Parts: sequence; structure tokens; C-alpha cells
Amino acid sequence: MKVVNQPLRKKDAMQLVTGQPVYVDDVTPRDCLCVKLLRSPHANAIVKSINKTAAMKVPGMEAIFTWEDVDQDGRRYTQAGQTYPEASPYDRLVIDRHVRFVGDVVAILAGADEKCVDKAMKLVKVEYEVLEPVLDFHTAKDNPVLVHPEDNWESLAPVGADNRRNLCAHDECGNGDIDAVLADCDVVIDRVYHTQACQQAMMETFRTYCEIDTYGRLHIISSTQIVFHTRRIVANALHIPKSKVRVTKPRIGGGFGAKQTAVSAVYPAFVTWMTKKPSKIIFSRVESQIASSPRHEMEMHVRLGANKDGIVRGIDLHTLSNTGAYGEHGPTTVGLSGHKSIPLYGKAEAFRFTSDVVYTNHMSAGAYRGYGATQGLFAVESAVNELANILGMDPFKIREMNITHEGEIMPAYYGQLNTSCALDRCLARVHDMIDWDNKYPCRDMGNGKIRAVGMGMAMQGSGITSMDVGSATLKVNDEGFYTLLIGAADMGTGCDTTLAQIAAEVLECPLDNITTLSADTDWSPYDSGSYASSTIYVTGKATEKCALELRGKICALGAKLLGCDKEQVSFDGREVRVEEGENAGKTISLSDIATASMNGNSIELQATVTHSSEISPPPYMVGAAEIEVDTETGEVTLLDYAAAVDCGTPINPNLTRVQAEGGIAQGIGMTLTESVTYDDRGYPMENSLFQYKIPARVDIGKIRVEFENSYEGEGPFGAKSIGEVVINTPLPAISDAIRNAVGKRFYELPITPEKIAMAALEKK
Amino acid sequence: MLITMTLNGKKVADDVAADTLLIDFVRNHGCLSVKRGCETANCGLCTVFMDEKPVLSCSVLAARASGHTITTLEGLQGEAAEFGAFIADQGAEQCGFCNPGFMMNAIALFREKQDPTDEEIKEYLAGNLCRCSGYEGQLRGIRAYLDWKKQREEDAQ
Repeated sequence: MKVVNQPLRKKDAMQLVTGQPVYVDDVTPRDCLCVKLLRSPHANAIVKSINKTAAMKVPGMEAIFTWEDVDQDGRRYTQAGQTYPEASPYDRLVIDRHVRFVGDVVAILAGADEKCVDKAMKLVKVEYEVLEPVLDFHTAKDNPVLVHPEDNWESLAPVGADNRRNLCAHDECGNGDIDAVLADCDVVIDRVYHTQACQQAMMETFRTYCEIDTYGRLHIISSTQIVFHTRRIVANALHIPKSKVRVTKPRIGGGFGAKQTAVSAVYPAFVTWMTKKPSKIIFSRVESQIASSPRHEMEMHVRLGANKDGIVRGIDLHTLSNTGAYGEHGPTTVGLSGHKSIPLYGKAEAFRFTSDVVYTNHMSAGAYRGYGATQGLFAVESAVNELANILGMDPFKIREMNITHEGEIMPAYYGQLNTSCALDRCLARVHDMIDWDNKYPCRDMGNGKIRAVGMGMAMQGSGITSMDVGSATLKVNDEGFYTLLIGAADMGTGCDTTLAQIAAEVLECPLDNITTLSADTDWSPYDSGSYASSTIYVTGKATEKCALELRGKICALGAKLLGCDKEQVSFDGREVRVEEGENAGKTISLSDIATASMNGNSIELQATVTHSSEISPPPYMVGAAEIEVDTETGEVTLLDYAAAVDCGTPINPNLTRVQAEGGIAQGIGMTLTESVTYDDRGYPMENSLFQYKIPARVDIGKIRVEFENSYEGEGPFGAKSIGEVVINTPLPAISDAIRNAVGKRFYELPITPEKIAMAALEKK
Repeated sequence: MLITMTLNGKKVADDVAADTLLIDFVRNHGCLSVKRGCETANCGLCTVFMDEKPVLSCSVLAARASGHTITTLEGLQGEAAEFGAFIADQGAEQCGFCNPGFMMNAIALFREKQDPTDEEIKEYLAGNLCRCSGYEGQLRGIRAYLDWKKQREEDAQ
């Protein structure tokens, strides 16, 4: 392969490293209305009265919208970006009289500049009827306090939701007689694991600009992973026709799933639709911390049974998930906690997976890289590590005995066939990389320092089975350069480049011959959006097929110009050549074909292909951490993180590597420092990057990633996904290393120095 | 209040409110590379040079910069492109939003230290957060750039 699997520069790389103005706030006008949101100081309250008279007198104020401007009996909507039928309940109004978390929207203010809006914000007088909140997700189900008591709450899909029980979703599934299997096991690990809410903390906060365009339509320019879903969400929220909405995304300053929810778009959209004036909202970091779309807090009860020989015979998992005040991604994230952890254990005779997703008066959760799999893998992998300890077996050995292999059916993965899998090779590779046999389990370094290692495995999916849709449009332009139009969203991941690499490979041209444009609801071919690890696998396959189709058209026009049948010609990327018949040997260049296509031509040099996949082939990964624990202070220093990834064929080895390194760093943060917590009034505690500590470059030690490629036949050039699987292994690996260092296993994240120091103290 | 400064080599004078932050001032004067990531001086995205020293422009009043020389990445395009190519060759620019602040501080590092160790690089750039890359690609890019520079100097001798 000449272009695919090559470490090529991203098409936008030099623009980005030289700081060119390419993001929402750079490419949209500055002299537009500044939109800000007055947010609730209460976790659960009814707005009794709201007086905006004084606020509107501030010079420059354009409008203040409150619940009185929104039909409270109108149809609700969800901000989750998901395919029909949307699993997330319709539980929001743009402004609801009933506010459900600290930070929920009470009023939308729009004025000439930030200063006047800030001043007006202080002058809006609100009287609240404060209600008792539901703050502990253990008590949410069937709590007398209902987060959504309203009659116009609506669940569109059969996900077991019931607002009268604070239930956003409930599900049960299984295979075999799990109770009988567990009763027959020599050992059953029976533990409860707790993972916290975490913020994606992308460097560019949520932001959206809106204007009325030439045709009187609402044009939304937003930092989003989901242009098409955002069109539907905004139209639903404003109760306007979808034909009146256009959504464009420029460069995005990171997403990680946060921007798979339309967190910011509806507010300036409302302002611009009402006032017909351009407006912009830029979320502060505080808002991005307290009123956004973090990872679902989950509690997982695992019962994992095995025989003394180490064979895992059954896994019973119950997950309780906290969706917060609104149900964005609630019904879907929870499923991955079981479906993307249990299938790793291919010898299991039975499994059961049950789940409840509950409403509380926390901020709404959302999509964050890993999407439930991260949580479930922490639980299941930690249980297997504990099993290894109890049986006196090596954690790598116990995996080697149990893992799923290529060609096997995976009952807990929707019964799908394991079509491509190098998990066994990933295990062997990481075992060597970390020098496991010399380091496991720990070494006392003296001075109260202990070094230890730990490991974990992970899987994810590649797109949502039979649901995600990817499309590509390719056309030939003057002199034979190509334009690739996609609806997928490059959020730094590089898909504008990697998809072009796929097209270039098929069209046998240099990468620079392809210009990529994305994404706009008016001119992009339909794409569900960039999430669920779908872009390379689903949109990538669409691009491959599209490029093949375009080759056919180039040959057809070339043959016509050469006076022969298209079956008689070949195309090598530069010219169409007659291979047989009387004109054999005659050629015409792509450039000449492109020129001819614009003169008296009726063969379109353009193709659009849409693709969806009936399977979602998992990428696999193994990670191992070496840490040093200071037993006096409880401080954990990460020394080395070794990982091996099977993502099928890496389309761009540089970008897959950086995806893996970046995902591991986020997983390290989730394991050791990052957490969203609330005080007893429901006020979020970590409202800045001071309190919410994401890893800096001095916090991550050394991250080393290698690839063990399988070949996925359904993916473009053998590729599977990479973006999400990479965040999952640090949680079980680092927590197991901590256990190996201090002798105590932690079942709750993050594992802070305080917890470790206290444990060390108890041990003494 | 009236303030004057040299912004990327050009004299700029403007009447600003006393509480105007330097980040907003420079963005209002066309320096859109300067990004705001946190508002609390944690992320390093807004790094600019004041009289050749890196400062966080979100934590400096525009008035404080009056009479000084301010440089943003717009004023260092040559250096940014030269070094940035090595980051691009790792794919470590990723979303790019933290790049300008990172580039500024890295350029400051290169001016200050000819031959920094990995530890010195990490310490110097500890205040430049990046959520995409996991930092390893940035480190590889810096090392490759420093090696290239060293080679170029040796070749010149």
C-alpha cells in the first residue's frame, strides 16, 4: 500500500501548528449578540417568579428569555446526538420552569457585549421554590422525589424507561444458567466497583455561533461531532422545521464525546431565531465543568466464577448508572459496561447482564470516549486480577487461558463472530514490553518506596451495528484533483486526512491530490457523525467503495474519449489506457478526462456511496503499568505504561499511535486524579482546571504503544476503530499495580494519595 | 484608558477599559492564535511573550502590557513553521487548540536552553496542557527538532 498505512502529515497540520484562525470563535463575527445563561443555584427547584425589568434596562441588552417564552406543555427534546429511534428520552425544554441541577438554565440573556450581559445577569431577580433533590444515585430508583414528574416526558425507544420511577432505562440479558454455573464454581469473586463521573475537558469549551442566512434559514456554526443530529436537535428544541436549519462545523478543539451532545447549540439558536440577529455563546470553563456532558457515574456489581484451574466459567454483572438530571446517552452507555467487557472471556459458559439507569439532580451525563465500556472493563478486569491473586496465578497467564480468539462466537457481544483478533499477541507483546516476569508483583526500593506492576485488557466496537451510517462523495475537478465530501467530524483525530488516504489508495494518487471538506448538513452526504468508534470503519468503508465507484466512472469517460468500451480500459491513477482491441496502447490522461468532463459531457465524474455495517468488529488492547508508590504520602508516580493495540490495519500509524497515547493519558487521569463530585446541596465541586486535575506532561511517566495488527475483512483495508478502546486499560492496570504495591485493592476511582496513605496506615 | 504597545513588531494604541485582559486585547487586534482554555491560569493556551518572556495573557491586564513588546504566534510564523513541522510529522498537533500556547513556550525553551534533557523539556512545558496527545508525540517532535538543529549546526561547521 502506498498511501494507506503510511505515517503522513494531517492535511490541516501546518495550519494548526502555526496558529491559524480556524475554530468557531475565530471564523465567526465578533460583533454579534453575546449569549449567556443564567443558571440555577439549586439542584431541584421551581422558578416561582422571574423579574427581568431592571436587567433589560442595562444599555446594550437585546433580550432575556425565560420559561415564560417556552411552551411548557410543548414536546420535549433530547440533546443527545443519536440515530433514530433515539434511545435518550425526550426530557428537556430549552428553558424549563422546573430546574433540575445546579447549573440548569433559568434564563437566556443576549446583549451587545459580554460586559452588559454580565451586568444584566446580576439584575435578573428570580424567586425559587426549592425542592428536595435526589443526590445519591443509590436511592434514586423509586424515590418519592421524581426528577421528571411532568406528563410530557417521553421515551421513544423500548429501553425500559419510566419517569415515575426515576428510571431512564432498564435492561436484562444473558446466556446460559448463570446461577447454576456460579453455584458450581470453585471461586466466585463478588465485588462492587464504583467509577466516578469525569469530564472530557477538551481544550476548546462548548461554543456555537448562529445567524440567519441569505435564504432566511437558521445557520448554526458549532463545535460539534454531529452536524446532522444537531440539525434535528435544534429543530426539535425550537419546534421549527428541519428544513429551516443548517449546521456547519469548522475545526473542533477536541471532543472526546462531549460534543456528541448539543450542549451549547440550542441557546444561541433560540436567540437568533427569535431576534433574527447573529449571536454567539462561548461556554466558560466553569460552565464546561458544571453544566456539560460528563461520563456516567456507574456502580458495577460483579460476580465472576471460576474453577481452581483459572478458567472463568461465568460472569454476572449488574450496573447502576447515574444519568443525572437528563437522559442524554443514559440508555446506551450502560449497555457497553457489559457488552464490551464480558465477551473478552471466551470460555464462559454463562453470563447475565442487568442494568438500571437512574435520574438524579446532578448535571446530565453524556458520551465520553469508552462510553460505558471504560467503566465495565474496570470492574470485570479488576475482578479477574483479584481472581488471579486468589488462585495464585499470574494475571497474564489467566488471560491467556481465557481470552476470546478469532473465529469464535461471542455470546455476550450480541452473538457476533470474532472476525479479527490479535488479543493473544497483544498479551505476549505487553508481557515483554514491561518486563513482567522481573517486575511482578512488586519490588521494595527502600525509603518507603515500592515499585509494582499491574495489567488489564480492553475491547470496544467499530461503529454501532446496523445503525451507524457513513457516506462519502468524491468528485473529479480540473486537472484531475479530487474533492472528498464527508459528514464525519475531524475533531483532531485526523479523519479528514485518513479518509482521504483511503480514497487516495484506491484512486492511486498522492494524498495531496485530494481535498477534504467536512461537515455541513447542506452539502455533506449523510453521516451519523463521528462517535461510537465509527469513522474509520464505517465512513472509511463508504469512502473506499465510493472511490472504487469513481474509478469506474473515470474509466467510462476515458473509454468513451478513447473510442472503446469501458471493459477494455485500465486506470493507474494518472491515465486511462486501452488494454485490448484495435486501440490497444492508446491513453488519455486524468487531466484531459477532467477537462473533457466539462465540455459536452454527460457522464458525471462524481460518486456518492453510503455504508452501514451489520457487525461491529472490536479492536482489542492490553496495557500494563509500572508505578512507584510512596507509602508515607500515598503518592503514585507512573513510571512506565506499555500497551499493545489491535486496531486492524492502522490507516495512519502516526495518528493511531497518538490516539492511543492520548487515550492512555486520559485513562491515567481517570484512575488517579479526575472526579466530578457534589456537595450536600448538589453543587459541583470541581468547577475549574484547578480542582479538576487532568494529567500534565510531568504526570504520565513514559507511555509506550505498539501495534499487533489483525486484518478485519469488513473494514477498509483491514481497519477497525482506534479512538475509544485506548482509554480503557489504565483503570484496571494502574489500580492492580497499586494493589500489588500496598496490598490493598481499591474498588472506587479515583485512587488518590489520601486513600493509599490511609490504607498503608491501616496496614501498619 | 489609552494604552500603547508593540504588538508583533507594530505599534498599537487603543482606548480600553481598565479591566481588559491582554488575551482579549490581542484577539481584538487580530491575533486569533491566542486561545483561552481555562480562565484560571492552568492550561497555558494563552501564552504570549511580554518583552521576550512567556506570560499567560489571561492573567495579565492589557494596561500592564502598555509600553511593552508583546509577541504572539502571529509574530513568530517562521519559527512556528520550522518547529511545527516536526510536531506535524508526529501527528501530535491533533485538535490544534493548545498548539499556539505550546509553540510559544517551546520556542521560549529553545531560546533559553540549547540542549535540554527530556526532564527539562517536561518541566519547562508542564504548564501547557494538552488533552489529545498524551504528550509523547510532542516530546518526540521536540527531540526530532533539536536533533535536526544540532545536525544543521554541525553541518554548518
